[in-house]
Amino acid sequence: MTLAISHLARRFGATQVLRGIDLQVRQGELIALLGPSGSGKTTLLRIIAGLDWPDAGTLSFDGADWLGKSAAERRIGFVFQHYALFPHMTVRDNIAFGLSVLPRSERPGKTQIAATVDRLLAFLQIGGLADRYPAELSGGQRQRVALGRAMAIEPRVLLLDEPFGALDAQVRRDLRRWLRGVHDSAGTTTIFVTHDQEEAFELADRVVVMNGGVIEQTGQPDEIYDHPATPFVARFLGLTVELPVTMRAGRAHAAGLDLAALPRRAIPDGPATLFLRPADILPVPDPQAPFRVAEMATTGALLRIVAEDGTGCRIESEVPRRDGRDLRQGQPVALRAVAGQIFPGSGQQPAQPIHTPMTLKEARP
Amino acid sequence: MMPAATPATLAPRQDRRAPLLLIGLAVALTLFIVVVPLAYIFWRALSQGFAVFAQNIMAPDTLHAIWLTTVVAVITLPINLVVGISAAWLIARFTFPGRKLLLTIIELPFSISPIIAGVCYLLLYGRQGLLGPTLAAGDIKILFALPGIVLVTLFVTGPFVAREVLPLMQAQGSEQEQAALTLGASGWQVFRRVTLPNIRWALLYGAVLATARAVGEFGAVSVVSGAIRGQTNTLPLQIELLFNDLNIVGAFAAASTLTLIALVVLVLKTIIEGRTR
Repeated sequence: MTLAISHLARRFGATQVLRGIDLQVRQGELIALLGPSGSGKTTLLRIIAGLDWPDAGTLSFDGADWLGKSAAERRIGFVFQHYALFPHMTVRDNIAFGLSVLPRSERPGKTQIAATVDRLLAFLQIGGLADRYPAELSGGQRQRVALGRAMAIEPRVLLLDEPFGALDAQVRRDLRRWLRGVHDSAGTTTIFVTHDQEEAFELADRVVVMNGGVIEQTGQPDEIYDHPATPFVARFLGLTVELPVTMRAGRAHAAGLDLAALPRRAIPDGPATLFLRPADILPVPDPQAPFRVAEMATTGALLRIVAEDGTGCRIESEVPRRDGRDLRQGQPVALRAVAGQIFPGSGQQPAQPIHTPMTLKEARP
Repeated sequence: MMPAATPATLAPRQDRRAPLLLIGLAVALTLFIVVVPLAYIFWRALSQGFAVFAQNIMAPDTLHAIWLTTVVAVITLPINLVVGISAAWLIARFTFPGRKLLLTIIELPFSISPIIAGVCYLLLYGRQGLLGPTLAAGDIKILFALPGIVLVTLFVTGPFVAREVLPLMQAQGSEQEQAALTLGASGWQVFRRVTLPNIRWALLYGAVLATARAVGEFGAVSVVSGAIRGQTNTLPLQIELLFNDLNIVGAFAAASTLTLIALVVLVLKTIIEGRTR
């Protein structure tokens, strides 16, 4: 275990931004802090970096307390969302900056610094850009330079704030794979912040889902995707269909729904809420069922179907277009759930309250 | 939008008279408001030949006025730079009670007539003033001496540097500085290698404006300097004095010096700016 965080709390004025964060990061791990705006993920990253300090809690690295240390003493690499490259320096000077500000006694010689920079330029595949200024680079190139500048000081932990937030979709995907490659060959412990679940799941060894200043769930991408631990995580990961069900002997029941595919759950009998992804719902023609196909629209590969019962309950599902060939507008259908998550309590009162307004942007000091 | 250099064949024919009229008007105004008066200064100064011009410049009182003006500019510039950068940095990077007030105070000299500044200093430091007796007891001479001139000049030139640097600092934010900190730079290294290069042109521009103003300030200085010939007369005051003495060539010679300083400063700024990207 390298980085240990416990009971971390931070308040900006009346807003409690972090409310007790516990997290352990192992050497060489690639961690994603995933959450909506205002979930506190950037604040957590800045506290780890030493750009901000908590009101309570502890932060230590390899057993040594980090809260008493400045950002420089911690030797972290921080990559800002908008890169914060030095506009008056060439790419080479930007990357060399961390080495050139070392105290004279520790500072490597000029040739040694140049060699380190050349090695990094080659490693990051930006060798041809060495003498350009940041204004002459594209967004993706700036991102690589920013990473190179942070890696030049051989940081103990690499911290990236929304690393791909300012890039367009294609560059994002390329850079994502590239960053995974860089991490795998450099082996630096890396933590990055994102609000994009695809990004988090593709890149990270472990994803930390945050909301309202608390960690909702920590786990490997598949684990979180298949087994969201809280209603918030379920909603955030696209389980947007919420249905009231009744639990009996560990199984969920509801009129017109075929829930036999769901595993038994240790949830007491009574009302519960079922969370489903539209893609995990299959409408099956059934003359006895209360649902009717109200809308059908194609996206090319998928068929988007809205089923409606008489009471105004509308359920959206997505099926491959081929599987929906037999469906017609107005046809009675039963809905078969292929996979889903059940939480005790009725949908109107979520088992765990969602505390943070989603619009709240992390306040900055 | 400027009309294209070569109008497209099918573009509708435009009436060229209105643009020409406006351009002519602009040229005429520039000529009579700026160019002719400036040229006239040099023409009058040299009207009786270069020898008389040089003789007038070399007159001891005028020479002393040039010297005094230079001293005032040299003293006020570094103070203006340090205070201006500090104030801008404080306002751009921190939120603290009184931040708005500080901003207002910095801008105050812009909205107050310089002569009022002079009168205020007179009332404060003068012999009958608030601090007069104390200063007299300590044998400290502020009014009608160099300290007084420097003080009012600082008051008048105070806003320039901060006013030029502040918007830039606010626009750039503090991320670059934070990045430098995480890379291990000390506070001084951050300032010298990141903050300063980012604001250098605004800083230079502010310094040029402040210096030009310091050299040319008349109203405030005239109140506190006492205009003692060869002692507390700055160049602008000397010009007025010569003019009132009906020494036309002398007045224009001194004025041409002042103008020359301004022109040199302007050209320098343009050259330096042109060399950077």
